[in-house]
Amino acid sequence: MNKRFSCLTALGFLLFCMRSQAELVVEITKGQADAIPIAIVPFSSPEAAAASFDVAQLVSDDLARSGRFKTTDRKDMIEQPHTGAAISFDDWRRLSNDYMVVGQMTPLAPDRFNISFELYNVLTRQRLLGYQISANKPGLRLASHQVADMVFEKILGIRGAFATRIAYISIVGTVPHRNYRLIVADADGENPRVVMQSNEPLMSPSWSPDGQSLAYVSFEGRLPSVYVQLLKSGERQRVSARAGVNQAPAWSPDGKKLALTLSTRDGNLDIYVMDIATQTLTRITDDPGIDTEPQWSKDGQNIYFTSDRAGGPQIYRVGIQNGDKPRRLTFQGSYNARARLSPDESQMAFVTQEDGGYRIATLDLRGRGDVQVLTKGHFDVSPSFAPNGAEIIYASRDRGRGVLALVSADGRVQERLVSSEGELQEPAWAPF
Amino acid sequence: MKRILSIALLLAGAALLSGCPKKHNVIEPPSAGSQVPGSSSGDSASTSGRGLNGDASTQGADGMGGAYTTGPLSKKVIYFDFDKSEIRPEFAETVTAHARNLTSHPNLKIKLEGNTDERGTREYNIGLGERRAQAVRRAMMLQGVAESQLTTVSFGAERPAVEGDDEAAWSQNRRVELVYAP
Repeated sequence: MNKRFSCLTALGFLLFCMRSQAELVVEITKGQADAIPIAIVPFSSPEAAAASFDVAQLVSDDLARSGRFKTTDRKDMIEQPHTGAAISFDDWRRLSNDYMVVGQMTPLAPDRFNISFELYNVLTRQRLLGYQISANKPGLRLASHQVADMVFEKILGIRGAFATRIAYISIVGTVPHRNYRLIVADADGENPRVVMQSNEPLMSPSWSPDGQSLAYVSFEGRLPSVYVQLLKSGERQRVSARAGVNQAPAWSPDGKKLALTLSTRDGNLDIYVMDIATQTLTRITDDPGIDTEPQWSKDGQNIYFTSDRAGGPQIYRVGIQNGDKPRRLTFQGSYNARARLSPDESQMAFVTQEDGGYRIATLDLRGRGDVQVLTKGHFDVSPSFAPNGAEIIYASRDRGRGVLALVSADGRVQERLVSSEGELQEPAWAPF
Repeated sequence: MKRILSIALLLAGAALLSGCPKKHNVIEPPSAGSQVPGSSSGDSASTSGRGLNGDASTQGADGMGGAYTTGPLSKKVIYFDFDKSEIRPEFAETVTAHARNLTSHPNLKIKLEGNTDERGTREYNIGLGERRAQAVRRAMMLQGVAESQLTTVSFGAERPAVEGDDEAAWSQNRRVELVYAP
């Protein structure tokens, strides 16, 4: 059978406004001991829109979910001011709040609202931030995440990632009748949208640098191919359907190339770089072991990858120029795989085997290569950094089910997202 | 007939889904990949009920192997130890039986589907599954099967035969499935 790669554009019946039934519920399993106490006071809202969006609740949930803030319960709020002038600071100080946010939502037009809010330091009574956003009804959720981002950044000095998206694979049904879905959702698990589904496996979702497309592996036709799908239109392009393995797509930082794993007739897996437009291939590794799971450095000059050339899987880095020799990066333990870089490339997250289980670890790329194991599960795999580098989303198993979990990059906060339907795996956090 | 049906379903699905349904119903479009003929492995029901004994040289003119319900040709799964791709001695007979079937019917083609248990990273497991499929491929070529009759595919950990987080399930998933092409 002669496999030729061709550009297939199959529109639409795969991508459309289809809501997934799955609901993700977040459970915080380990919070940060020195979490900052903050109160997000319910915003005033126009009576006519009494049933409209509770901005303050979503902001509060976002900040609490980050594990870095301890948010005050509404029932403990002695008053509910909407402006700074109305705040009795001494009372709030007695409740041990360091910060508080007050705000108002006012109608601008039918179905269009203005959100204005202020952030105060309760001890100094200083107004740290005042801002206004306008949004129509469907945009209120995103606007609320943006408020949370601004508060987060003002206090912590780190850009917030609440208004971002994740992609992941969800599997529904039991063998042999499984249905695989590629889902894109808000970072808090809301608004899940199925962008592709199949009765054959889907794997390895990878976000383009501009956040507009996903590359992934599909086994439709019972053979693996790499697809690129433009999310807005649902247009799919099959970019690699060569004989054998077509796996592990990873976008170059300029969005023009994909690193891929391909195989020879004799099943030797190696890493190649493919120019998406011209389909030309450049071979990156040439070694009888399994070489896979490529990831680009931020400057597009190096590729991190997994190789078992030394016996078991370890992580290497190689320059994409001719003749560069791969340099091994992991030396602890017999199984280290699937590198993912933090946005500032200060750390590498990966999967390590420890005590018979698979766990998420980080390696310090700037210092002496210190390794920190962040999680304690037995099946913790597929790490992906948030675009602000503060958190890592990964796949885990809990009581026999595939779930997604979050851990802060320093390991201090741990959370789990549980699906009400299906097994979840292979999360990928979108860029800003 | 199957192909016409699948195209008709595809068009019907596309027509149904041209709008943006606001309800929570999940409309299931015809899934890609379900229409490939002969694509189900592990399902040994085939078109004929012939060949109740396993003697390849006298039975089953199509030599498919799928017609056999007893004997080594009816066995179409080879299992592996953890982290290993060596073929265990108890499966040598199965490999040989299918190799002989293939050499005596040179028009036959077979797909060797490699699988792993769920442990470890997904893409590295694709490599391990491929290694297992290749082990079976090499064993068959050593017994005279032509390269052109053999294709390998790795599903890694993505198509388990049995669900479960224990060795009972894992041992059933570390396997190569032999799937004859129609």
